[in-house]
Amino acid sequence: MKLVIGIVRPEKTNDVLEALYRSEVRGFSLSRVEGHGGELDRVETYRGTTVKVGLEDKVRFEIAVSDPFVQPTIDALCEGGRTGEVGDGKIFVVPLERVVRIRTGETDDLAVTPVHA
Amino acid sequence: MIDTSFIVAAARVDTGDTAWMLCATALVLLMTPALGLFYAGLVRAKNTLNTFMMCVAAIAVAMVMWAVVGYSLAFDGDGALIGGLGYVGLHGVDFQPRDGTTIPHLVFMAFQATFCIITTALVAGAVVERMRFGAFLIFAALWSVLVYAVLAHWAFGGGWLISGGTLDFAGGVPVEMGSGFSALAAALVVGARKDYGRQALLPHNAVYVLLGAGLLWFGWFGFNGGSGFSTGNPSVLAFTNTLLCPACTLLVWFLLDLLRGRQVTAIGAATAIIVGCVGITPAGGFVSPGWAMLLGGLVALPCYAVIVFRPRTGVDETLDVLAAHGVAGFTGILFIGFFAEASWNGVSDGLFFGNAAQLGDQALAALAAPVYAFGATFLLLKVLGNLMPLRVDDYEEARGLDVTEHGEEAYPTGEGAILVTPEAGIEEPVPVADPA
Repeated sequence: MKLVIGIVRPEKTNDVLEALYRSEVRGFSLSRVEGHGGELDRVETYRGTTVKVGLEDKVRFEIAVSDPFVQPTIDALCEGGRTGEVGDGKIFVVPLERVVRIRTGETDDLAVTPVHA
Repeated sequence: MIDTSFIVAAARVDTGDTAWMLCATALVLLMTPALGLFYAGLVRAKNTLNTFMMCVAAIAVAMVMWAVVGYSLAFDGDGALIGGLGYVGLHGVDFQPRDGTTIPHLVFMAFQATFCIITTALVAGAVVERMRFGAFLIFAALWSVLVYAVLAHWAFGGGWLISGGTLDFAGGVPVEMGSGFSALAAALVVGARKDYGRQALLPHNAVYVLLGAGLLWFGWFGFNGGSGFSTGNPSVLAFTNTLLCPACTLLVWFLLDLLRGRQVTAIGAATAIIVGCVGITPAGGFVSPGWAMLLGGLVALPCYAVIVFRPRTGVDETLDVLAAHGVAGFTGILFIGFFAEASWNGVSDGLFFGNAAQLGDQALAALAAPVYAFGATFLLLKVLGNLMPLRVDDYEEARGLDVTEHGEEAYPTGEGAILVTPEAGIEEPVPVADPA
């Protein structure tokens, strides 16, 4: 049971969603974040003010999965998020101590296995 | 050689007419930034500025081309297909009244210039979110002469349509059908956005859209109300019809929205305002207020149908210029053929009042304008496309054209922005992961 955190380009969000769907990974959270991963600084000019923008918009996926789904999730994030340019993002896989589904009280693998309503 | 210009000069400039036309010219110019706002609200946030800038750029490019050569080709002489070169560089365009009007030639030229500008900006709606800004500037410059000026000559400047009897009060031929069918050609040549049909590409700010539509309507009183070039009856009639017709379009659009989705939509309402204003544009000074109201309701039907149908095709005519302008202008031009009323316009009756020939003249324009606009724009962009790339690359399209084409964002947060001081100069960007 792992928490897979994927940070990707906002414009690749839809591709990642499609790839996750194809891998039958159904449960995830998504948030908009800003960060820097070594890409070129962007230069913007507003009238006389020129700035270097070091923070890029990114989208952060958090996906808790049971062990058999860890690799498919990573593959989906890579496949959907990759452009080949610096700034495609990172994937962090961290161990999960405990998961509880609030509705039923189910824990761990049961709680990260999606139910079909 | 006897100089005959003094005979023309004998016609008098009317101060009241001139005052109104100066205001009307400013009103029509306002329509272009208003269109920028309308378009900017309809695109995704990352393309807001690029979309708005296409409209701003149209003011620059089309105005200059108009002064240099466009005005002359449109309004010098009465050649069947194209005007002369007598007014190139605004030569001889001065304070004397323009033939057939009581306003100075300069004011007439300026008023017509604002039409050329807004029409050029309209075409941008077909290619937003993927066309290169530089390529658009060149396209706009050529289009404003090769397509707009030609159609303006046909319908306004003494060309074969107006001399053949076609009635077009304020630009159903050059402005509305000209932009609408050109937009279709532009969308086909430039091609669809890469996410088109794969992702939901939604308007990012419906308030901009409504505000833009409201300002367009406001400007349209100058557009239609000024197209009589006076404060006389045709102008008064067109002005009032510009109030009545879009109001009816709004109501019918609400009804269509209710029938289709059980809810009245705001972006639908903004679209209805445009469609109503476009519908009355050719007919404004020719039909009675009652028939103008019927036209308002009627014009909603084909435009609504095209707007619902178009996204189901592969044609990414992004902001539906064809539906809102091409189809609505087509409907308005034909409507004159049925319901023009000599007792109101002092010019001609339509079929309904016993003059079937007028419908024939209108049908001719409704056929010729789309064919020319589509064909000429298609060819122009095909040629340009062979000389330069028309589109940004896939990465730039994904990133958004605001940053990649203009180096600005519509909604910058300033977070993570490091001030580059003038003393330090702008350093070349260096990848942080790979310092030199």
